Amino acid sequence: MTKSELIMRLAESNPHLYQRDIERIVATVFGEIASALARGDRVELRGFGAFSVKRREARIGRNPRTGDSVPVEDKHIPFFKTGKQLRDRLNGVEGD
Amino acid sequence: MTTGTVTRAQLSEAVYQEVGLSRNESADLVETVLKEIEDALVKGETVKISSFGSFGVRSKGERIGRNPKTGEEVPIEPRRVLIFRASHVLKDQINEGLGKSKAKKA
Repeated sequence: MTKSELIMRLAESNPHLYQRDIERIVATVFGEIASALARGDRVELRGFGAFSVKRREARIGRNPRTGDSVPVEDKHIPFFKTGKQLRDRLNGVEGD
Repeated sequence: MTTGTVTRAQLSEAVYQEVGLSRNESADLVETVLKEIEDALVKGETVKISSFGSFGVRSKGERIGRNPKTGEEVPIEPRRVLIFRASHVLKDQINEGLGKSKAKKA
């Protein structure tokens, strides 16, 4: 499912909304998550999962083709941990 | 305002501010967005959100784990796990926002 398919599915279940409003809702949800992470905040969506940012220290990497050492700067990477309820649903435990 | 943790409440508020639906309906729609993504994943679909990232399901085979406290061997059943791959756009946005060594402890 792509973002546009997600918008289509939401449009089907919400026929009273304009498509452009649905587009804006989807953009807002992901935009808010992204800007929270860019501030260093955590995003916690109970049942679904949590997004957080982890820091990776600078290190000496290697060019795998030539074997040369290359300095790699420290950086931040987004991380997602699946929520318990979704993890259970993926494994056929329907609870709730 | 930075609270440290963003939850459904803040996402709903943003949708409310941005789209002009009622607060209740904004909250319902945030929930529906998450539910559509969940349903697709449970069906085994990959969910690709351009410029954000993609969620996919991976099947893991059985393996022998160990209880770290007792050292006892325990079989870990085959299971399905969710993986999230952030897009480059998101990674770049985060690194621009946080620069070097500025991240708070998660």
